[in-house]
Amino acid sequence: MKKLKASDIFIYIALLFCGLICLIPILNTIAISFSDRTSAALGIVKLWPVNFTLASYKNMMEETQFWVSFMVSVKRVIIGVSLNMVVTILTAYPLSKTKYQFRMKNIYMWIVIFTMMFNGGLVPTFMVINKLNMMDTFWALVLPGAVPVFNVILLMNFFKGVPPSLEESASIDGAGPWTILTQVYLPLSKPSLATIGLFSVVNHWNSYFDGKIYINSVNKMPLQTYIQALSSSLNAEQMAMMTAEELQEQLAVSSLTFNSAKVVVSMIPILLIYPFLQKYFVTGMVVGAVKE
Amino acid sequence: MKNGNTAKAQRRRHKQWPYHLMMLPGMVFLILFHLVPMGGLMMAFQDFMPIKGLFGSKFVGLKNFERLFKLPTFWRVLRNTLVISVGKLVLVMVASVVFALLLNECRHIKYKRIIQTTVYLPHFLSWVILAVMFSNIFSFTGIVSQIVQLFGGEATMFMISNDWFRKILIGGEVWKEFGYGAIVYVAAITSIDPTLYEAAGIDGAGRWKKMWYVTLPSIIPTIVLMTTLNIGKLLKGGFDQVFNLYSPLVYETGDIIDTYVYRMGLVDLQYSNGTAVGLFQSLIGFLLLVIAYKLADKLVGYRPF
Repeated sequence: MKKLKASDIFIYIALLFCGLICLIPILNTIAISFSDRTSAALGIVKLWPVNFTLASYKNMMEETQFWVSFMVSVKRVIIGVSLNMVVTILTAYPLSKTKYQFRMKNIYMWIVIFTMMFNGGLVPTFMVINKLNMMDTFWALVLPGAVPVFNVILLMNFFKGVPPSLEESASIDGAGPWTILTQVYLPLSKPSLATIGLFSVVNHWNSYFDGKIYINSVNKMPLQTYIQALSSSLNAEQMAMMTAEELQEQLAVSSLTFNSAKVVVSMIPILLIYPFLQKYFVTGMVVGAVKE
Repeated sequence: MKNGNTAKAQRRRHKQWPYHLMMLPGMVFLILFHLVPMGGLMMAFQDFMPIKGLFGSKFVGLKNFERLFKLPTFWRVLRNTLVISVGKLVLVMVASVVFALLLNECRHIKYKRIIQTTVYLPHFLSWVILAVMFSNIFSFTGIVSQIVQLFGGEATMFMISNDWFRKILIGGEVWKEFGYGAIVYVAAITSIDPTLYEAAGIDGAGRWKKMWYVTLPSIIPTIVLMTTLNIGKLLKGGFDQVFNLYSPLVYETGDIIDTYVYRMGLVDLQYSNGTAVGLFQSLIGFLLLVIAYKLADKLVGYRPF
């Protein structure tokens, strides 16, 4: 057994520091969510609950709006991710072909790259959604982002790496592009599909801005939009008028523990898929960023 | 000659329409939600009135831009964006590289795993959620204030202080992304030829010297690549983060182009001005991105497509 040198100890401590730094804000929030309101407002809660109570969670259980929004988010993940996957696979496959196999490939490729690098911007996009009568509908949350271009490129690069001999032999056996895609390519690309699927789950779960600008009815609001609205419920103009002391009082009155509890519950889905994410995203990230 | 023949044969064998059919759904969405809005960029050159519509509104040429470039707010927002995004770009890169180097030196595999699992986590949490956490931590009575007081400083409301807001933005980004950003560097380190270390060892290099003279130079191409690719994002500055953390009290130091466009276009309903700022940002961003990809190709031979 090797002896632990001073340099090893330094490295262990430095890494521990990195890990703790990342955990402290999360632990602090969890601790606050389990503490009583006064302690939280006084700021005496650190990494462990003070005057442990489940009051915030009980309150939350009774708040229907939270759960309505939670279900909107679940629905958006299920439908949005399925749509993302189908469109990503269908777009990535033809683009992974050579230009001898798919003659117009380059034209499509340019459209994809162009939309990735340049866009109409916030205001024109908003107006198009408005013109399409998608305002305040669930579809405004899933259709505009139906083509995740980064994922398309990632999967395309993976498809390019599949040995062409596989496709050739399948096509000699009489398989057409659809059969080759579903029977040859897809089974081979399970890890890549898992990666982009998980990316897309995280993306849909975490989105709040589309919900904020496109959705007006509270019962169609996704969870992150709902939390965003709560935590910024102090009106911007009001805040500007207040002195620091008044603001501090306001913030103390707003239910710190309640909001923290909501945040903790909204993190649970991410934490649940986190082990799977971890398994796949390293490969995904490396394949996507640095080919070869 | 032979090549030409096989290519021709391949072409015959491949029916084209299934591919077009596969592209169809993706193209419909891209055209509808990405290309069509580009038509709306016309608003930037108009005095746009919603009642008159895109084709009825009066064209004013570059007047919107002229007015914009005279606004002090515009320059303030541009300066903030650049300061914040350059700060993020440099510091996230440095932190990721240092972390990757440290991680590489850790010999205890299980410990290494645990640390990795922990530091990747913040990347997957949204700024909506993190904003609630940040406001707990940086409040007047929060943990940070208490630590500052411990060292004889004064409790501060960091989030509404113009002295601190940019530091929180940049520091927050470093905190959220250094672990995730290290992944590519960790991958690059694993592909270093082990004989290099042996040779350095024979030359008498210790642990730190090997790190400095072998590991770090070996990942410089990756560092250059990641940095150049990020140049394309210089006018971004991180909308989600700023939007969830800022307040009117810190517009002076924290307002960026994207948040400005949002307030102007969708809150104050100045469609033409909002679009004009957005177009300015897109054009410069597009230029930067083209430069970035050209540079990346030239420096390290990187071609993503």
